Amino acid sequence: MKKSKVVSYNKWGYIFLIPFTVVFLVFQLIPMVTTIYNSFFENYRSGLMQIGPNFVGLENYVTIITNGDLPTYFANTMIIWVMCFIPQIVISLVLGAWFTDPSLRLRFQTFFKTVIYLPNLIMASAFSMLFFTLFADGGPINSILMQAGIIGEPYQFMSHVWSVRGLIAFMNCLMWFGNTTILLMAGMLGIDPALFEAAQVDGATATQIFSKITLPLLKPILIYVMVTSLIGGLQLFDVPQILTNGSGDPVRSSMTLIMYLNKHLYNKNYGLGGALSVFMIIVTAILSYIVFKVTNSRR
Amino acid sequence: MTESKTAGQNENGASVHARRVLAYVVLILVTVLCLFWFYVLFINATRSNSELKRGFSAIPSVYLLENLNNMIHGTQPVLSGLINSFIIAVSSAALSTYFSAMTAYAIHAYDFKFRRFMFTFILMIMMIPTQITALGFLQLIGNMGLDDSFIPLIVPSVATPAVFFYMKQYMDSTLPLSLVEAARIDGAGEFRTFNQIVMPLMKPALAVQAIFSFVYSWNNYFVPALVLHTDTKKTLPILIAQLRSADWLKFDMGQVYAMIAFSIFPVILVYLVLSKSIVGGVTLGGVKG
Amino acid sequence: MKSKLMAALLSLTMAAGMLAGCGKGGSSGAGKATDGGKVLNIYAWNEEFKSRVTDHYPGYEEVDATTGKVGDVTVKWNITPNQDNAYQNHLDETLLNQDKAAADDKIDIFLVEADYALKYVDTDYALPVKDLGLTDEDLKNQYKYTQDVMTDSKGVLKGTSWQGCPGVLIYNREAATEVLGSDDPSEVQKAVADWDSFEKTAEKMKDAGYNMTATTNDAYRVFSNNVSGKWVQDGKVVLDDNIKNWIDLSKNMMDAGETTSADLWSPDWSAGFYPDGKVFCYFGPAWLINFSMAADEAGSIANAGGWGATEGPQGFFWGGTWICGCAGTDNKTLVCDIMKQLTCNEEIMLDIVKKDSDFVNNKPAMEKAAADDSFAFPVLGGQNPLPMFCAGAEKCDLSNQSAYDQGCNEELQRAMRNYFEGNASYDEAYEQFTKAIGEKYPELAQ
Repeated sequence: MKKSKVVSYNKWGYIFLIPFTVVFLVFQLIPMVTTIYNSFFENYRSGLMQIGPNFVGLENYVTIITNGDLPTYFANTMIIWVMCFIPQIVISLVLGAWFTDPSLRLRFQTFFKTVIYLPNLIMASAFSMLFFTLFADGGPINSILMQAGIIGEPYQFMSHVWSVRGLIAFMNCLMWFGNTTILLMAGMLGIDPALFEAAQVDGATATQIFSKITLPLLKPILIYVMVTSLIGGLQLFDVPQILTNGSGDPVRSSMTLIMYLNKHLYNKNYGLGGALSVFMIIVTAILSYIVFKVTNSRR
Repeated sequence: MTESKTAGQNENGASVHARRVLAYVVLILVTVLCLFWFYVLFINATRSNSELKRGFSAIPSVYLLENLNNMIHGTQPVLSGLINSFIIAVSSAALSTYFSAMTAYAIHAYDFKFRRFMFTFILMIMMIPTQITALGFLQLIGNMGLDDSFIPLIVPSVATPAVFFYMKQYMDSTLPLSLVEAARIDGAGEFRTFNQIVMPLMKPALAVQAIFSFVYSWNNYFVPALVLHTDTKKTLPILIAQLRSADWLKFDMGQVYAMIAFSIFPVILVYLVLSKSIVGGVTLGGVKG
Repeated sequence: MKSKLMAALLSLTMAAGMLAGCGKGGSSGAGKATDGGKVLNIYAWNEEFKSRVTDHYPGYEEVDATTGKVGDVTVKWNITPNQDNAYQNHLDETLLNQDKAAADDKIDIFLVEADYALKYVDTDYALPVKDLGLTDEDLKNQYKYTQDVMTDSKGVLKGTSWQGCPGVLIYNREAATEVLGSDDPSEVQKAVADWDSFEKTAEKMKDAGYNMTATTNDAYRVFSNNVSGKWVQDGKVVLDDNIKNWIDLSKNMMDAGETTSADLWSPDWSAGFYPDGKVFCYFGPAWLINFSMAADEAGSIANAGGWGATEGPQGFFWGGTWICGCAGTDNKTLVCDIMKQLTCNEEIMLDIVKKDSDFVNNKPAMEKAAADDSFAFPVLGGQNPLPMFCAGAEKCDLSNQSAYDQGCNEELQRAMRNYFEGNASYDEAYEQFTKAIGEKYPELAQ
């Protein structure tokens, strides 16, 4: 570090931080503090009547933990995330490896790299609307499957736990695998090409090179991708909300944490909603801390 | 991973060839999977309400112009919606990229007491979902008298930790401090150094984050729907929602799809124009170790 | 807060006393704005009311998409979509600030739907129509159920509607001829006169390859409009016997493969508008028949005039928009006149029937139309169902409404779908229902 030379300019560090800090304090910290404060109160609307705020201590926390909702919806969120993340990381790794493999000399790379990002441009709500229509009982997917003789009668995609979760995971995967691919590609390009050449000279196969050189060297970025994706997964909302019309059915098996939080927005339930938010803030803070550790350990 | 397990000799032409074929097949499949939805949206935008109600079809119909015409001359202020979306998305993108770069520069180029703390802190708050504090946020802007205004949709982008993080990573890999010092020796002020020397170097990163912020803001429904109430101030996603909840007399799925297509079009355009620097930019800056 | 509101109300009541009957009794809208208010703020969730005012209120001039003018008064339309409850959220926030708002920003008129009407009607925010200046004489031709919806717990009427939405059973004539041997409404009525016959007919339909209804939700409204008690009694959720009947009937029909669990308005629901959809009947009001059954598309049953209408097992209604005057308005005369012209003026309302095919909330107007064969519906193969609708409108009884109806109805149908589809037992589904109610209305949580 060039500490001594920079020292006289250091007040500029503070000056450059002012806009971020001010805006953060006003638009994020104040709402967050209010949210936390509210979580200790009974505070909601019944019709147009305001109930509370009455101080109830930790009662809201006890409620969301003991009624079993929090663990259930946390589990749902995680299950859907895993179903989305595994195929996503596999596809991204494969595509990333292909794009960066000089021996393959793939053509039209720019085209493919551009295209894989496109699904991210569609509004999640419009995307869910499309899926809902395509996978309806009398929708085109069912008629194609029936014409092909794969199924005898329409499969009710929206009435089975795993098909609903699968569709949500599939849509998210489709929207985000481009992003992941590009991130992984960046990491792969950062690996010293001399390593590959040395391995090739030693007669390693492409598979061996991938598993023995690329993957281990990619570990930090893989962890980064995984944790950011996990945090993104915790925020899962639009897609299941619109696909299941806000119900998270069948039997709330696809209700995510944010969908549950959204239910408390309905009647301005600052108390329970606040407690749920605090829980999520803690979880995301822990996860962010992991990202921080991982990214910093590499410097 | 999926590559064939043929004899792994280097310079094995057949193996490379087989892998290349496999790569193209998969890539084409993926491309189809990515573009299919745009095709369906376009097809649906060309179909009339009653055709849409009847079910799906893969063949375009002839109602595109009629749908667009209905949309523009309908009751929704589509053109002002387009302008509003543009103002908000462009301003958010500009603010978030510029100020995130500035914040990242503060942490990157200066060494002050709270530097480590700030960095850790920003990372900690990086991923807190906006929905979580939405209730508090609404209360706040109500108290500030900013309800039904663009300000609460634009100004908060000054503090976008995720963009900051990206900028910081990018600077770590591409911005040597010696450059900053050289500028100082030349007598440039700190602010000028940042604007005239650092920012141009950050162009690829700025382009990447500009398009990401733009898309995010363009497609955002959750907060704008809670903040904007006057019809002429609403953004396109709100107008689409409004069209979808139209009364039975005016409900027209054809128009809804036309409007979705209409609102996706500018984003695709912006994306394609910037795509070169995006693909390149992400690759360059990336989250390099 | 409370006392301030009372004071505001009191002064309004006094003002009303001085102004009895909106303005001087003439019928021209323009120039009526003598209260001094310069802006009339109207809160709505869609464009329907706006187009009624634009087309039928005398003296209204459209300025642009979101504003209009009546005389010197600027009319501002504040439209928030229903999605995610956004309309009510926005309305609630604005109402709660109504005291503090500047005169020109105060809400003058807001619209509500039947399902949640009581949430607003049972507060001081909705003004009694009598205080606005409407008289019993003005209101005498409206259907009683439309007034039940807007009557608060003390028996005070607080809003009016220009629409009536009584419903009938709409059946597929071809299926009726094939399975029941006749497509004559009175013959078909025998097969669906009560729920037992309805279920028997469903079996026959199933054997002939038809679904009785497109979805279990089609019949829900028919049951929920005929309950014997309110959803919430003494702070507890009570499941009415008639709702339980719907659950049992739906489960039986689902298990027998006689209907589906699709959502209303979904593509699977509307598939039955075409012959290939093989659906025997829908439950719906005039607007569904005229505007939602794809009558304008060749190949649909409606297009060929292939539907018939009959009363069905029980009377019900579906839809409708009610107008409320809002406490704090500075345009009382104008608010009153809009209500009077659009919901009490037979001439204007008959005009609405003709131009917009609404079923209007005016008995003489509808009876005239019922007797007039030019009102026959082509969709129904030339049948004029208006006499049936008129009778249905008289029969609707909404005295068992509660402020919780919207949440309870939605959540019950949602939860029971899991039971119908076999993903949950009845008890599990019911538990999900109570859980959902507890989330929406914490005061009802157990």
